[in-house]
Amino acid sequence: MAHSLRGLSTSRLTPRGAGLAALAVPPLGFLVVFFAWPVAAIVARGFGDGGVGTAIGDPLTWELAGFTVASAGASTIVALLAGLPVAFLLARVRLPGVTLVRTLVLVPFVLPTVVVGLAFRALWPDGGLLPLVLANAFFNVAVVARTVSGLWSHLDPRTVDAARALGASPWRAFRTVTLPALGPAIASSAAVVFLFCATSFGVVLILGGAHYRTLETEIYLRTVELLDLSGAAALSMVQFAAVVAALVVGALARRRRENAVRLRSRSETVRRPRGGEWWAVAAGLAVIALLMTPIVALLVESVSTSDGWSFAGYAALGGQGSHGALQVSGWDAASMSLRTAFDATMLAMIVGVLASVVLVALRRTPGRLARGMGETMDAALMLPLGVSAVTVGFGYLITLDALPGDLRTSPLLVPLAQALVIIPLIVRMVLPVLRSVDVRLRQAASTLGAGPGRVWREIDLPLTARSLVAAAGFGYVVALGEFGATSFLARPDAPTLPVAVATLISRPGELNNQMAYAACALLMIVTVAAVVLIDRFGAVRGQNSVGEF
Amino acid sequence: MSLSVRDLTVHYGAFAAVRNARLDIADGEVLALLGPSGSGKSTLLRAITGLEPLTSGTVRWDGDDLAGVPVHRREFGLVFQDGQLFPHKDVASNIAFGLRMHGIPRAAHAERVRALLELVGLKGYERRRVTELSGGQAQRVALARALAPEPRLLLLDEPLSGLDAGLREQLAIDLAALLRRSKITALLVTHDQEEAFTLADRVAVLDDGEIRQEGAVRRVWRQPVDEGVARFLGVTTFVDGEASGGTVRTALGDVTLPDVADGTVRLGLRPHGVRVAPDGVEGEVTAVVHRREHVRLVVALDGDLSTVDAVAPVTADLRPGDTVRLVLDPDGVAPLPRVVA
Amino acid sequence: MKRALRTLVAAGTVAALVAGCSLSGNPGNDPQAPSTVTLVTHDSWVAPQEVLDAFERQSGIKIAVLKQGDAGALTNKLVLTKANPIGDVAYGIDSTFASRALTEGVFEQYTSPEADRGPQRYSADPEHRLSAVDLGDVCVNVDSKYFTDKGIAEPKSFADLADAKYKDLMVAESPATSSPGLAFLLGTVAQFGEQGWQAYWTQLKANGLKTVSGWEEAYTKEFSGSSGKGPRPIVVSYASSPAAEIGEDGKPRTKALLDTCYRQVEYAGVLAGGKQVEKARKVVDFLLSQQFQVTVAGNMYVYPARQGVELPPGWAQAAPLPQQPKTLDAAKIQAGREQWIAQWRTLLEG
Repeated sequence: MAHSLRGLSTSRLTPRGAGLAALAVPPLGFLVVFFAWPVAAIVARGFGDGGVGTAIGDPLTWELAGFTVASAGASTIVALLAGLPVAFLLARVRLPGVTLVRTLVLVPFVLPTVVVGLAFRALWPDGGLLPLVLANAFFNVAVVARTVSGLWSHLDPRTVDAARALGASPWRAFRTVTLPALGPAIASSAAVVFLFCATSFGVVLILGGAHYRTLETEIYLRTVELLDLSGAAALSMVQFAAVVAALVVGALARRRRENAVRLRSRSETVRRPRGGEWWAVAAGLAVIALLMTPIVALLVESVSTSDGWSFAGYAALGGQGSHGALQVSGWDAASMSLRTAFDATMLAMIVGVLASVVLVALRRTPGRLARGMGETMDAALMLPLGVSAVTVGFGYLITLDALPGDLRTSPLLVPLAQALVIIPLIVRMVLPVLRSVDVRLRQAASTLGAGPGRVWREIDLPLTARSLVAAAGFGYVVALGEFGATSFLARPDAPTLPVAVATLISRPGELNNQMAYAACALLMIVTVAAVVLIDRFGAVRGQNSVGEF
Repeated sequence: MSLSVRDLTVHYGAFAAVRNARLDIADGEVLALLGPSGSGKSTLLRAITGLEPLTSGTVRWDGDDLAGVPVHRREFGLVFQDGQLFPHKDVASNIAFGLRMHGIPRAAHAERVRALLELVGLKGYERRRVTELSGGQAQRVALARALAPEPRLLLLDEPLSGLDAGLREQLAIDLAALLRRSKITALLVTHDQEEAFTLADRVAVLDDGEIRQEGAVRRVWRQPVDEGVARFLGVTTFVDGEASGGTVRTALGDVTLPDVADGTVRLGLRPHGVRVAPDGVEGEVTAVVHRREHVRLVVALDGDLSTVDAVAPVTADLRPGDTVRLVLDPDGVAPLPRVVA
Repeated sequence: MKRALRTLVAAGTVAALVAGCSLSGNPGNDPQAPSTVTLVTHDSWVAPQEVLDAFERQSGIKIAVLKQGDAGALTNKLVLTKANPIGDVAYGIDSTFASRALTEGVFEQYTSPEADRGPQRYSADPEHRLSAVDLGDVCVNVDSKYFTDKGIAEPKSFADLADAKYKDLMVAESPATSSPGLAFLLGTVAQFGEQGWQAYWTQLKANGLKTVSGWEEAYTKEFSGSSGKGPRPIVVSYASSPAAEIGEDGKPRTKALLDTCYRQVEYAGVLAGGKQVEKARKVVDFLLSQQFQVTVAGNMYVYPARQGVELPPGWAQAAPLPQQPKTLDAAKIQAGREQWIAQWRTLLEG
């Protein structure tokens, strides 16, 4: 009877808390060792050199920050405008070919940046701001389309019917009913797109020419070419601040999404478009056509030579390019890509799923402390998206020799770095799925004698397995196309396909060029095949297919 | 005493969902927690199960404090309102789940599953997918699943409210028989008096987080402790009277209530406590609602502005505006305890 | 029993998958093996395997190659890791970055016995910490066919490039992001002096010069003489580039303007703090040896530093070694580089 409040809560929470802490160790440990520590070390080195304050005060820094934010903002708006009609198409329309659209829209997201940069360069030979903004948007239309359509397809269409019955025009009903309901998904995807655009590198370098510079390209320049670590540290701090701001916006949007409207299954909500909806369908298809333009151009390049059509580029994939451009054959690079992406995906799934389990458990634990811890960890997991690959890469050089086995130049760094890139994506996909498991099912299992670990194994895992596999497949595809971090860490004797493409393009000779485009085509084919499989697999149950980003 | 709950309080932030609850359930007894929605009854059940942390108080089983015992070691079975069958397992695997968790040898599972399915009247349903079951079947499977590991206490959280009326009645009767036959100790949470009275030996009426009254079913029904409980138990009208020698004299006539002590008394009237009769107090019918077994009336009393609810036989052809005479039926009259001024 | 078997099969399948599909099944190079020396170099490194094998047979030293980006990135990584170097010997630091590496103490003193066979001529350092391996001169290249077709004389000198006759015809790389771009900028500094180069670039800009971030775009996308068939017939590239553009008639389609060349010397050296100094020295000797030097032109498009090494056929006509390239003192580069790049950016990008 004399149980104190404190005594009760500790006796109840301790075993559970300890279990959670044990689960949190691998993901947090991974992030600390392979992300936080290297980044902190290189930034600290910059501070050690002095002059960070001066660099932060430099008007150039703020000019760069302003340009980065403005151009990323513009790209985000373009991606949203282009993504919404596609989202409508994916979510609401029953027409032949919609499944194909769902697959196609993802292809740009995984193309190597060099290739996209060059494709846009071919369309705008002088580069400039417009192609720069468009190219960054090009990559990210998929993020908007798939995230927003995920929510849209489950919105109850009867709310719109109600608004129409009350006399609202279709457009008015969309604006006053649908759009606000989609708000959280739109804001959340916008935050992610903004992050991707603000930290985009290859595209800015190629299309911005020598003229347009962002924080990311400047950090690269100062770190890699000028060894101006204090300048780079200053810029990194500014970039970090911008990224955290975007993450906070995204987190707030997601918080709102939790009290989302009543959801329906997609099969209840799709139908043939009618009336003005055909305009939206047409807009969506036009966006897809535009997205396909650079891709088709690229495929055409892969078979055209100065002497007409030829599959020489594809045939050359069996070799090392002319003048030994590559140290391995194109097929070796492809196999290296597949294996590296496999390792990265495995690693990212272990870290990402464990982290998601901890986040979900924290969310289900009452109390402000648990909630705060959950939100902090959630944000920390997203940070790798917002820090330069070059900062991490140079950080590895000065820290990892302290670990056994001196990983600084190890080929294992490549899957590690790729994992770092895809972990945030996997967490974003796995988290809502795990969260969607009815807590009462889990409680039913507990009352039947299943301990906490057993509940995960018997209930959550089987129920979410398909979605987890789909998330892994998606992570795999992103790892396949990952270029920034990979190009920085991959050893030339073991390049991945995107790195090989970049190498081939940077060498003279027609064959190398063609082989590069052929390798690109190969990458796209693998991507499309993987995405088709994922969508088939994830869609069977129909409920928790890959959700948000 | 098997289960004993003392001073149990659950807070959600500043809001107290359950305050100082005290309950006892004896071996083989079925106790119903009866209360309107939002009264805290489900919270109390979840707290006993171990799914809700207590702010203060104790839950004991045979005298042992369960504070440090997690849900999965309490050996309590739980049936939810909507079954919560595992969608990725078939009927047999759902039922065998608890057996597996308790390390019962695999060889024994099939026989036990068969016996349980027979018990709940679903013989031969082993390989069915749970998504193919009707609501009533799903609830039966949920019950079988909860019973499989032979829990020392079965907790039923509104087990029948998700079902339609006819099915609900039938299942309530089946369930009552099953609980009695198998001598299962159970705690039932419901907002439905019929369900509580069909299934339980004793009821505890909960309102606003507090247990208002607890006792044998018949006693609570006949003698609600205050107006709130009375209203919840179907009383629609209150009338004051003067008792003397087992008869209470009221404005609506006299009624024989042998247990009531002499003096002023307030009576709670359920609709069937006021019947249309050839003689009695006169009034004018203002509304008529046809029910399956009787006709519900609202009657405005002569010389009085108040109305009472009353019943008439189905055969009575009454319309608003008709004049009727009313008498009290002791079966629908519940005397309230005297308020000590 | 059955269950255990199933678990075993599942575990086996996963293991097989991992071994088949992942890097954990890939033994790779093991730089820790006793006779292996790690050579840190830039991404352009190419050497015939048979030559490396031959060296391994003669010396018992296996060279593990570790490529680390372009010359600038290579230098900076060596500087960052000087306390615990990532290899034993480095090759590919060029004259532009040599002074940074030397100031930071990345290399230790070593005079190769092979050095007086020619490499000595290009020495960057009186203390003999770096040995010259090859020369990679950066020159303006022109598309000869374009000028023949248009009936315009090809430009010859720096001054010609600013001539209105060649308006909107030239493309160059940014010195901030490209190694040949930086070399060309240094060439103009050498030609026009620290005071005069900005005026020259202003003229180039006024004459329609286009700047891009990398050599790839400049040469393969903008230059009309390459396979990319871009629009511009004048590009900043290497003296050796025409050797890759020989037509079916055996004649080069492009030409390097030998009066616009800037000399970039690529060096090798023994990394200070390396674990196998003796063997690292042997590798430096190898890089300067006849055996290796004959391969550099054909594989890396650079000119051997050693005297009397034959160039591949066709080079005499297509890509002769520039005789009077511009050069700049290492100390001067170290002092001025960052400032010049900043000024260039203001001038061209502002």
